[in-house]
Amino acid sequence: MPTIVVKDLTFTYLGSKKPSISDLTFSVDEGQFVILTGPSGCGKTSVCRCLNGLIPHFYSGELEGDLTVCGLSIREKSTSELARKVGFVFQNPENQLFSLSVERDVAFGPENLGLPRSETRKRVDWALEVTGISGLRYRAPYELSGGQQQRAAIAAVLAMKPEVMVLDEPTSFLDPKSAVDILKVVHDLNKTLGMTIVLVEHRLDLASQYADRVIIMDKGETILDGKPSEVLGEKARLIGVGIPRITLLAQLLQKDGLSFASIPISVEDASVAIRRLLSS
Amino acid sequence: MSIKMFDGFKFTRLSTPIHNMDPRAKFIQTIGFFVAALIFSNVYALLAIFLAQIPLVFVARSTKRWLKSMKGGAMLAILIFVMNFVTGTTFVFALSMTIRFLALISSFSIFFMTTSPDDLGLALQSMRIPYTLCFTFTTAVRLVPTMAVDAQTVVDAQKSRGLELDKGNLLKRIRNYVPILIPLIVNAIRRSVELAEALESRAFGTTEKRESLVTLKMNRLDYVTIVATLTLLAIVVYVSLNVTLPTPEIPIRVPDIWPWKI
Amino acid sequence: MIKTENLHFAYPTGGDVLNGIDLDIGDSEFVAIMGENGAGKTTLIKHFNGLHKPTKGRVSIDNIDTRKRSVASISKDVGLVFQNPDHQLFCETVEEEVAFSLKNFGYDTETIDRRTNAILETLDLSQYAESSPFTLSGGERKRVALASVLVWNPKHVILDEPTIGQDYQQKDRLRNFILQLVSQRKTVVMVTHDVEFVAECKPRVVLLSAGRVAGDGPAREILTDDVLLNGCSLIRPQISSLMHSLRDLDVSQDIIDVYSARACLVKAYEKVRKCQ
Repeated sequence: MPTIVVKDLTFTYLGSKKPSISDLTFSVDEGQFVILTGPSGCGKTSVCRCLNGLIPHFYSGELEGDLTVCGLSIREKSTSELARKVGFVFQNPENQLFSLSVERDVAFGPENLGLPRSETRKRVDWALEVTGISGLRYRAPYELSGGQQQRAAIAAVLAMKPEVMVLDEPTSFLDPKSAVDILKVVHDLNKTLGMTIVLVEHRLDLASQYADRVIIMDKGETILDGKPSEVLGEKARLIGVGIPRITLLAQLLQKDGLSFASIPISVEDASVAIRRLLSS
Repeated sequence: MSIKMFDGFKFTRLSTPIHNMDPRAKFIQTIGFFVAALIFSNVYALLAIFLAQIPLVFVARSTKRWLKSMKGGAMLAILIFVMNFVTGTTFVFALSMTIRFLALISSFSIFFMTTSPDDLGLALQSMRIPYTLCFTFTTAVRLVPTMAVDAQTVVDAQKSRGLELDKGNLLKRIRNYVPILIPLIVNAIRRSVELAEALESRAFGTTEKRESLVTLKMNRLDYVTIVATLTLLAIVVYVSLNVTLPTPEIPIRVPDIWPWKI
Repeated sequence: MIKTENLHFAYPTGGDVLNGIDLDIGDSEFVAIMGENGAGKTTLIKHFNGLHKPTKGRVSIDNIDTRKRSVASISKDVGLVFQNPDHQLFCETVEEEVAFSLKNFGYDTETIDRRTNAILETLDLSQYAESSPFTLSGGERKRVALASVLVWNPKHVILDEPTIGQDYQQKDRLRNFILQLVSQRKTVVMVTHDVEFVAECKPRVVLLSAGRVAGDGPAREILTDDVLLNGCSLIRPQISSLMHSLRDLDVSQDIIDVYSARACLVKAYEKVRKCQ
């Protein structure tokens, strides 16, 4: 059974006249890396909130249809039960880290689950190692750079040993280098731990090379859904999605008569393809 | 009284004997100063209590910040002095009340400057206070410096739109704080919502039975401090009940015809 | 003109430090100030409207030392748009919010109404004039913040991280708007680390690192210099990375945007075809 199953999901926030998401139906298999993107207001954050139960338990409103994660329905299970399966990394690192040492923040989740101290310690050590911040263990989160903070946030979520990780625009506040680093960390989690990833991201130039699948939403509905090279085309651009610059370049060159076997989504792919075209 | 006054209550991570003390021992020490300052009304005793804290400030390497809390309390201290004196008490008595006030602020300033909110939370937990309450408390303490930064940013942003906080009559000056307070409150609410989302997502409140990764352990210095504080407190109580302390004769008070003399 | 001479600044509690910045921004120039978080970018721009005064050195706006004027007075000429609109929104309607600054500067009611309506129109916010700013989306709130500064028509406009949290369409609109401001002969200074956005706007780029100017030049020079970029936690625009990987094929190395790359590669392709 797929890890995430969404069926006819519709949600209208309390006090809102229009639904934020309408009739969404899709599923995500175990170990898939999915990018969820679309113009502001398309409903991607609402989908994320559904994934760990913040909708409907934290955000009130009218929910129709259903979403099951790892076999758990968001209608029936509480956020704390879902939290064991789904980890959520938020956009702003500041408000998701609240201890005075990284170690304590990472321990927070396991402590909440009532785990014994020895188990918590093991998980903290492991999470810090996997995210490469063992050296920052005793530092205060507010002293760290944005990139380090997001790594700490990821470690804090990892310590709960989820099967799915949802990240809502984690690179928003980061400088380009830190953004690249964080996406690499997420990619590693996907490749080495087999974690299912749902990443909401605008920076497709940095992220699309890691994804198996891109889902583009607009006005609460899914418009496009498929492999990055298939989805990031003219239609995506017209919806208002910022496709990678080299992908746009390849599409324009295609119009100018240069033929590409497949539209590249990474600099490496583009470079190889263009080199082939420019060498006799 | 500016926002900088809060620096005197802000925790900074240093490794000093005071910082490394168990928060429970430190708290007992703070309460010791607090109670002693309330028991005595004698100016010499209060001065001694106040001055006794100064070596602690030095050991904690927090002199500059402690002075900030003193400066911040100065305005209120002067007010207390004036209110007492103007209602007919002796100069010495008014002075005593002022010193008492400063001693009280000082003891808490030292406590908060040297105790991390996390450790405070652990101390409260060890006293069997429900975890959610402890967490609320430590988060509130932790958010004070964050909100101070927010406040400064809001002031800067509004000044950049031509807001002049130091111009105009009293009524206008008060109204001028509306563009400062509203964004602050809205931001505080936004922050809280984001924090709450993060907490929910990490299973906060699932069980009452929590085993913290880090635990507090009292060492010899802590026990010595507790015993010393309690002993001194006992002496203080004895002295206040049985010994009449000398009072300096400074015959300054408001004239008898002062209308509201008590 | 915005000028800093040997600008030094340190916060009294420690933190960001500017270590001797000499910067000359002429009237109507378009400049992007870039660098890693903590390099001092926001600290620097707060000197431009007098919020900070230098601890050493001098900052002058249109040849007047900022120490000689109040923030309100300098702000008439230098409009600073803060990064987070939630640090300034407080009114009951968008209209009031935008009019706030005009009231502070002492304009008469007629001028206030006229200018407020004009800027709301320009920034596509007229439909929200009577709405509460708190009910708007993030992108719309950012536009309201922008409107509330531009309404008094400052000669110099400073934008602190205008692209954070914006989707592609919003950034596109922003870019067009900024270029419009430039064409209106306003000085525009933006603090940003959005390399792709800068590559599309092509301003003069000033790189800050550890409180000093590490680089200063046209975008196509700075954004293609790996040594400079690495020292500031920045990366090349994607197009530039591509052209760099093809450098042995003799393609131009100072291209940073899609359309120039297209033209260059089409030319190169046709040359290859001719030789065949």
